[in-house]
Amino acid sequence: MSDQELLVKIRGLKIEGRSGETWNQIVNGVDLDLHKGEVVGLIGESGAGKSTIGLASMGFTRDGCRISGGTVEFDGIDLVNATAETRRNLLGKRIAYVAQSAAASFNPAHKLIDQHTEAPIHHGVYSKDESEKDAMDLYHRLRLPDPENIGFRYPHQVSGGQLQRAMTAMAMSCRPDLIIFDEPTTALDVTTQIEVLASIRDIVEQFNTAAIYITHDLAVVAQMADKIKVLLKGDEVEESDTRTMLSAPTQDYTKSLWAVRSFQRPELPRPAEGTTPVVSVKNVSAAYGPVKVLHDVSFDIHAGRTVAVVGESGSGKSTTARVITGLLPPTEGEILFNGKPLPPSYKSRTKDQLRQAQMIYQMADTALNPKLKIKDIIGRPAQFYSGLSGSALKTRVEELLDLIELPAAQYYDRLPSELSGGQKQRIGIARALAAEPQFIICDEVTSALDQLVAEGILKLLDKLQKELNLAYMFITHDLATVRSIADEVVVMKEGKVVEAGPKTEMFTPPHHSYTDLLLSSVPEMDPDWLTQLLDERGVENIGEAASSKI
Amino acid sequence: MMFLTYVVMPLAVVTGIAWIARKGIGVAFAGPFGALFRAMPLTAAFGLTIITIYILGALFAPIIAPYGESEIFDLINALPGQDPRFILGTDQLGRDLFTRLIYGGRNTIGIALVTTALAFFLGASLGFLAAVIGGWLDQVLSRIVDALMAIPQLIFALLLITILGQSTLNMILVIAVLDSTRVFRLARAVGVNIVVMDYIEAAKLRGESLTYLIFKEILPNATAPLLAEFGLRFCFVFLLIASLSFLGIGIQPPAADWGTMVRDLAPFINFAVAPGFELAAALPLMPAGAIALLTVAVNFVVDWMLHRYSGLKE
Repeated sequence: MSDQELLVKIRGLKIEGRSGETWNQIVNGVDLDLHKGEVVGLIGESGAGKSTIGLASMGFTRDGCRISGGTVEFDGIDLVNATAETRRNLLGKRIAYVAQSAAASFNPAHKLIDQHTEAPIHHGVYSKDESEKDAMDLYHRLRLPDPENIGFRYPHQVSGGQLQRAMTAMAMSCRPDLIIFDEPTTALDVTTQIEVLASIRDIVEQFNTAAIYITHDLAVVAQMADKIKVLLKGDEVEESDTRTMLSAPTQDYTKSLWAVRSFQRPELPRPAEGTTPVVSVKNVSAAYGPVKVLHDVSFDIHAGRTVAVVGESGSGKSTTARVITGLLPPTEGEILFNGKPLPPSYKSRTKDQLRQAQMIYQMADTALNPKLKIKDIIGRPAQFYSGLSGSALKTRVEELLDLIELPAAQYYDRLPSELSGGQKQRIGIARALAAEPQFIICDEVTSALDQLVAEGILKLLDKLQKELNLAYMFITHDLATVRSIADEVVVMKEGKVVEAGPKTEMFTPPHHSYTDLLLSSVPEMDPDWLTQLLDERGVENIGEAASSKI
Repeated sequence: MMFLTYVVMPLAVVTGIAWIARKGIGVAFAGPFGALFRAMPLTAAFGLTIITIYILGALFAPIIAPYGESEIFDLINALPGQDPRFILGTDQLGRDLFTRLIYGGRNTIGIALVTTALAFFLGASLGFLAAVIGGWLDQVLSRIVDALMAIPQLIFALLLITILGQSTLNMILVIAVLDSTRVFRLARAVGVNIVVMDYIEAAKLRGESLTYLIFKEILPNATAPLLAEFGLRFCFVFLLIASLSFLGIGIQPPAADWGTMVRDLAPFINFAVAPGFELAAALPLMPAGAIALLTVAVNFVVDWMLHRYSGLKE
């Protein structure tokens, strides 16, 4: 690829962000070369500066940030010192940007195609008619269903994966030389993700577009990029072409990233016949108003064991959790706790019944009250259920902070906003533990976290389970997580359990066809994985299309 | 010239005091309390100074005021500067205007503060309750509030006070209830956005009581918008009391209050056409000016608090 013309040339890029009165450097002199038609993957954990560098390659910084040193050249044009007008002429026309959440980036009040044609008309590339025709062609190439008409829908009328592809089509509308993809598939299910990945890769190849692909998912970047640059806290760790990087990373940090998915605990032996499960979901059906969302769901969770509930969004995983906690009383069936039926609504459950089942949420940001201090967040359940107060309460909170491996003295008086994502999630765990429960529901607890941090959380949960003999219900769409922590797996689709059993059985064929689809959609670290999968199955047999056939 | 002595000079003096106080407290206290003052804009310092002066005036009215609240002298309608005993002159009954102005502040501010606090307690509690419970309770409360808000506030207050009978307590209750409808609307709107958060769900699942949910989980997250509303509401309540007094059914004589003073002194405005009597024409403007000054000061402080709150969120 390097024989092609150099498109983006970044040298010694330094970016500062303002916090209060002082400027802190967040990118410390990074170089980047990108040739025409080349795809570079930027990876690193949050705070590594991936998105900041991505935006800077368009000569743009977020509010409160500034480029303090270095040069950014796009096709020979100096973007750092360019006038607003020069930049305006480039953006949208020759450089395009695809954001993480297409749902938040489309204007909900306009049809897709009207938003698509805006840039080409504005930049005088196409007339309205030409542009609409071109949009349909792009929708077709991106394998969107019904390409002639889908553009006339509003953003809320198409699915998340389709919206992300429509966004990519929109970025392509002026045939730019460079597209920046900022975590375009992070918010999607595996089955949807694979489809978007295949479309993006195809279209970038077809038009010989250069791309900067930002992600924290190594397996994804392995499929997409020609070369990979690893970043850590604003510094470059290493850069090399994808195959070399995957097979022979030179830096320790890169090796640790590669090793993340290796955490796997052995499956526990099956509990003896006749043991009463801690939680037993018996033939539960549930509905939101007239819409039935759960159909005859049954499974058991035993003490000290983890049951992973997997499925794509809308499959009823979280609804099952809501039924167990009593937020959504079932229309049929019941929940047994240690063999005794629980009242359907949480309002009629006793304090002790409520104490026994706790929940850890996906988004620690919304799960912790931002105005309460850590000691109050963790202390409240201990105070509420055990009646602790004064120094006994303080000792208990310190014990709990010890348990989640945060130094008590340092965190006791902090607010959630002063903590990192992983630390917040630990506080969420401590709050659940403060009630001294037998059973904890973990609702996608690691999906908002970086892989290294997520692994730490999984290890912590595993340790706590062994120490306290906890039963976990682990809701997730990430099969790598299932592989590392589960004893049993329940696969759900459209409110039904399609397959259930011990982990080892579930991961060895033969599978139910839906389980098979889920498993085969998880990206692997092999750079040829996507190509091979597409060769084997054909584009019609992946993603949403395949899912709807089952 | 008179404008200079009576308006520009006092304001300049207050600004000076505010600047010195900010500097002084900033230097005297090293910790976060001092830092608070060092980072304070001059407008907020000015507002705080004005509010402090008003509070001191209200608290120590009997000490500061030269005479008794309704003490009558033999000199009526004295103009400012006419008699050295009465700095701002006397009214048509021979009462010292400076004294009346200080006592008037005490009555009006005190009543407005109690009324606003009551309106906020009522409106915020019910608004959050409607947000948490939802369903029929939300419908009933919201429709009652809609009905109350449909009638112009001043006319409704007049009507209710006439029905219930004129007394300070009745006036406080009527204005508090009428004003709580606005607070209810705001609290409910803010509340419904907070109620959907996972931490509220976690608290509900813990089995927490409604009181805990409202005051410990929701209220701390709604402080910023409520505080902003408090600053505005306080001024509106203040003005409403002044207008009711002006209309004759607010604070009753002989107690002094700014609304009644504006009404009583209103005829003096005719002096404006007579050359040399401009100061006399400005008499009714003094209590009005006092009201305006407090309104501006309160809003300066509220703006600053809001700025600090949103700054913390970043």
